[in-house]
Amino acid sequence: MEQTMGNIYGINGPVIYLRGNLGFKMAEMVYVGTEHLVGEVIGLTKDKTTIQVYEETTGLKPGEEVIGTGACLSVTLGPGILSNIYDGIERPLKEIQKSSGAFIPRGSSASSLDTDKLWDVHVTVNIGDTVSGGTIIAEVPETTAIVHKSMIPPNVSGTVISVAKDGKYTVLEPIVTIQCPDGEEMVITLLQKWPIRVPRPTAKRFPLDKPLLTGQRIFDSLFPIAKGGTAAIPGGFGTGKTMTQHQLAKWSDADIIVYIGCGERGNEMTNVLEEFSELVDPKSGNLLLTRTVLIANTSNMPVAAREASIYTGITLAEYYRDMGYHVAIMADSTSRWAEALRELSGRLEEMPAEEGFPAYLASRLSAFYERAGYMRNLNETEGSVTIIGAVSPQGGDFSEPVTQNTKRFVRCFFALDKSLAYARHFPAIHWLNSYSEYVTDLTPWFSSNVNDNFISYRNQLLSLLSQENSLNEIVKLIGSDVLPDDQKLVLEISRIIRLGFLQQNAFHKEDTYVPMDKQYKMMEIILYLYDKCKKLVALNMPMTLIRENNIFEKLVSIKYDVANDELEKFDEYKQMIDDFYDRLIATNA
Amino acid sequence: MSIEYLGLSEINGPLIALEGVSDASYEEIVEFTIDQKTKKLGRIVEVYDGKAVIEVFGGTDEMSLKNTHTKLTGHPMEIGLSTEVLGRTFNGLGQPIDGLGNIVPEVKLNVNGQPLNPVSREYPRNYINTGISAIDCLTTLIRGQKLPIFSGNGLPHDQLAAQIVRQASLGEGSTEEFGIVFAAMGVKHDVAEYFRHTFEESGASSHVTMFLNLANDPVVERLITPKVALTCAEYLAFEKGMHILVILTDMTSFAEAMREVSSSKGEIPSRKGYPGYLYSEFATLYERAGIVAGKPGSVTQIPILTMPNDDITHPIPDLTGYITEGQIVLERSLHQKTIYPPINVLPSLSRLMKDGIGAGYTREDHQDLANQLFSSYAHVGDARALASVIGEDELSPIDKKYLKFGSAFEEQFVSQGKNENRPITDTLEKGWKLLSILPKEELDRVDTKILNKYYIKLEEETTPSEE
Repeated sequence: MEQTMGNIYGINGPVIYLRGNLGFKMAEMVYVGTEHLVGEVIGLTKDKTTIQVYEETTGLKPGEEVIGTGACLSVTLGPGILSNIYDGIERPLKEIQKSSGAFIPRGSSASSLDTDKLWDVHVTVNIGDTVSGGTIIAEVPETTAIVHKSMIPPNVSGTVISVAKDGKYTVLEPIVTIQCPDGEEMVITLLQKWPIRVPRPTAKRFPLDKPLLTGQRIFDSLFPIAKGGTAAIPGGFGTGKTMTQHQLAKWSDADIIVYIGCGERGNEMTNVLEEFSELVDPKSGNLLLTRTVLIANTSNMPVAAREASIYTGITLAEYYRDMGYHVAIMADSTSRWAEALRELSGRLEEMPAEEGFPAYLASRLSAFYERAGYMRNLNETEGSVTIIGAVSPQGGDFSEPVTQNTKRFVRCFFALDKSLAYARHFPAIHWLNSYSEYVTDLTPWFSSNVNDNFISYRNQLLSLLSQENSLNEIVKLIGSDVLPDDQKLVLEISRIIRLGFLQQNAFHKEDTYVPMDKQYKMMEIILYLYDKCKKLVALNMPMTLIRENNIFEKLVSIKYDVANDELEKFDEYKQMIDDFYDRLIATNA
Repeated sequence: MSIEYLGLSEINGPLIALEGVSDASYEEIVEFTIDQKTKKLGRIVEVYDGKAVIEVFGGTDEMSLKNTHTKLTGHPMEIGLSTEVLGRTFNGLGQPIDGLGNIVPEVKLNVNGQPLNPVSREYPRNYINTGISAIDCLTTLIRGQKLPIFSGNGLPHDQLAAQIVRQASLGEGSTEEFGIVFAAMGVKHDVAEYFRHTFEESGASSHVTMFLNLANDPVVERLITPKVALTCAEYLAFEKGMHILVILTDMTSFAEAMREVSSSKGEIPSRKGYPGYLYSEFATLYERAGIVAGKPGSVTQIPILTMPNDDITHPIPDLTGYITEGQIVLERSLHQKTIYPPINVLPSLSRLMKDGIGAGYTREDHQDLANQLFSSYAHVGDARALASVIGEDELSPIDKKYLKFGSAFEEQFVSQGKNENRPITDTLEKGWKLLSILPKEELDRVDTKILNKYYIKLEEETTPSEE
């Protein structure tokens, strides 16, 4: 095939123009200039070709050559992705560091996967087998935690005519040769490519009925997210988006985590990298990094690559889903991605819609979030991709376009609140503004796996909190002294819920991850106290008297005082509450 | 070889267009000679085959379509650097203005810099003792951090920055080499003078490099000033192993300059008329703070910005807050109560604090104490709001205590002298002393063990002296 070529006519920031219709295809990946900067065709007219460049364009000159690759912007898929850290277009940052030092120069090319490394390959197909897209042909232990399953690329099928023996191979060596229906032979290696903007095909979508457990009480108990679901975490700066994302990445029960740092801070990515290389997954005992892939396109890296990083991340996630894994994506932050769209749109002089964002913002967002799901893959395995996207609304105002449009396409909304963050209530997720549409779908799971009462307790907690909110309106006007005792009790219990249950200390050894059983027991004991106190109030026992007992404070610090593996201690607390109740009745009756 | 072009084809504000150019590259620096006397520099901001749009540093005054010669330099903006820059003063483009002559450069560096590979960064953990309680205890500054001061016009942000510089880097007798890079963008002459004076007074001037673009200097120059300054800082930190504190003031003027140039270029504006790339542009500056793994130096940034109309949701503070690792927010109402420094601790934050404090760094109780102070002070706001509705007398006894705690916190903890260098242990002790105003049950953010150790101890000390 002849290569398409052209010469630069004009340069404006990350956007370059070529004069004339030179035969480039839409979304084709191109190399720009003498330094071979990576670019993508984003606009074609009869007399102009528009290209966005994924690297700094300083020093580029009109007249320099642009060479087409004939293929869409793609990622390379194969063993070696996990534990790695990539930039927005899947260039390995560790390799770049080795070749160019601490700073990232332009035009640095390094292949995404280590092509020299020998992998232990176990071939799972035989000569004569009929294979089609998704069929697993080989298994490779990629890290201590994850077995990589190499598959026939989607859209390919045929009969196996030769297979390699089990042994050590690089990603470029042939593993299987197949004969396609049209008679052509095709060599399959461990490596395949896939365009980032195209979802990988699947067989079927399942309804979402299993939760993604995170060990974070506000999520698991109050606003659960389903495996294969979508969630947004919006919040102004300093409200703890990144901390929340880190906690989810660390503790959620997904098999694989794709962490996308899109336009965020360099030091934060370093922190993730450091922490994940040290932290051990409580369930498998492996290092967290062995199940994680990091994509770091920090805010000072080129803006076009920031736009691509989200797609790179989700394509990697879909690839692992096809192997039958449950993958969770943390995208921090989708606003930076939307702003990259806006910046590029401005450079292209497109007509702006709301707040300067391009009119296609909503459709791009929906296309992204719809790539989540719990699927049956082409090879009959089941896997899921869960997307948890942080949103950084301008000025912390949720009415801005990115938050509003995101809200339309996600089913969980975890609203971070400035005043909670100021009071250092973490996670600063506001219980009244957040919601999860998955609660009904997940109810059967919670009933059969945790307890039949789980959902009812959760609802009682939320209703107490909402009562507290309306009572607080009154308290703000006239003070709390005038409230009747039953309402005072609601305030007291809500305080326990807020401090003892919703607040969770990410730096505390016991509190950073809490299993479902303990979450359930905590809810139970709080409601048990509420029940007993309600009885006391009904007997005209004044709140001041009830409040004197330190049982309230004890309940608040259950999260620290009862370790995750000493749940039998909850019986002691129950006993304490009973004693307290009996004592009050005895002394004041 | 260099071709000179005679004449221009268009002048529009700070931008000029030149036709018939060949071999011009994007972001290349050009030299103008006007009437064969005056020399000016410019930067190519848009380039087409045969046409270049150039922004002129130093303004387009006196330029006409005929009297200007243009020469392409063939390279992007560069600055020559050596350790001689310490103690010197430059203009916004990095040309000496202190009359001491040119420096002999050891290297020439592209001012645009390159993004630091996240893999090569070292996560900052060393805390800087600034001697200011509100910062040390509640928004701890870490070496390699970027921590801006969000201020308003008329608030003492300059004094605060100067005090940090005085007490943080120069007070201690450490053997490591410190340096200060000061970049002024569109600041008033008095402000620049104030800093110069302060540096001199504290005997630091030989460690200071100043880049001054004053309020009456050309606007376009302002766009390059912070880049020049940060290139200098990176050179001193990563090539010469020094710990560099960079003060950038005022980021608002920088953003205004961007808006001005962007609108002359006829670009599509996004929020409040600022260009869509404001965030990316800020990021390329702020992200140049940090520590490179395996190298001894560090770059710590304290950008100062004045929030237009004290509005923290304005695009400038808003976008800054999303990039920097926290912020120190100054509050007008505290300033009016004559509290110095008027730091409103609630919206203030240091993101790197959690890893740089506690046992081994400051003291084990630091994090818990800070959380409790934040939480209790947040409650003070509620109590005050209630008091303004129902009157102070009607408040419950506990809310009254909060009011007492609130004013004591502002007057004794936040407030301190302009030359007072408070050691961290004093700060922490003061914090516990204030908390002892509140009953122990209210202190719900503190681990029970720590609470018993520190709260009781102080209660015994303070109860007799209180009455």
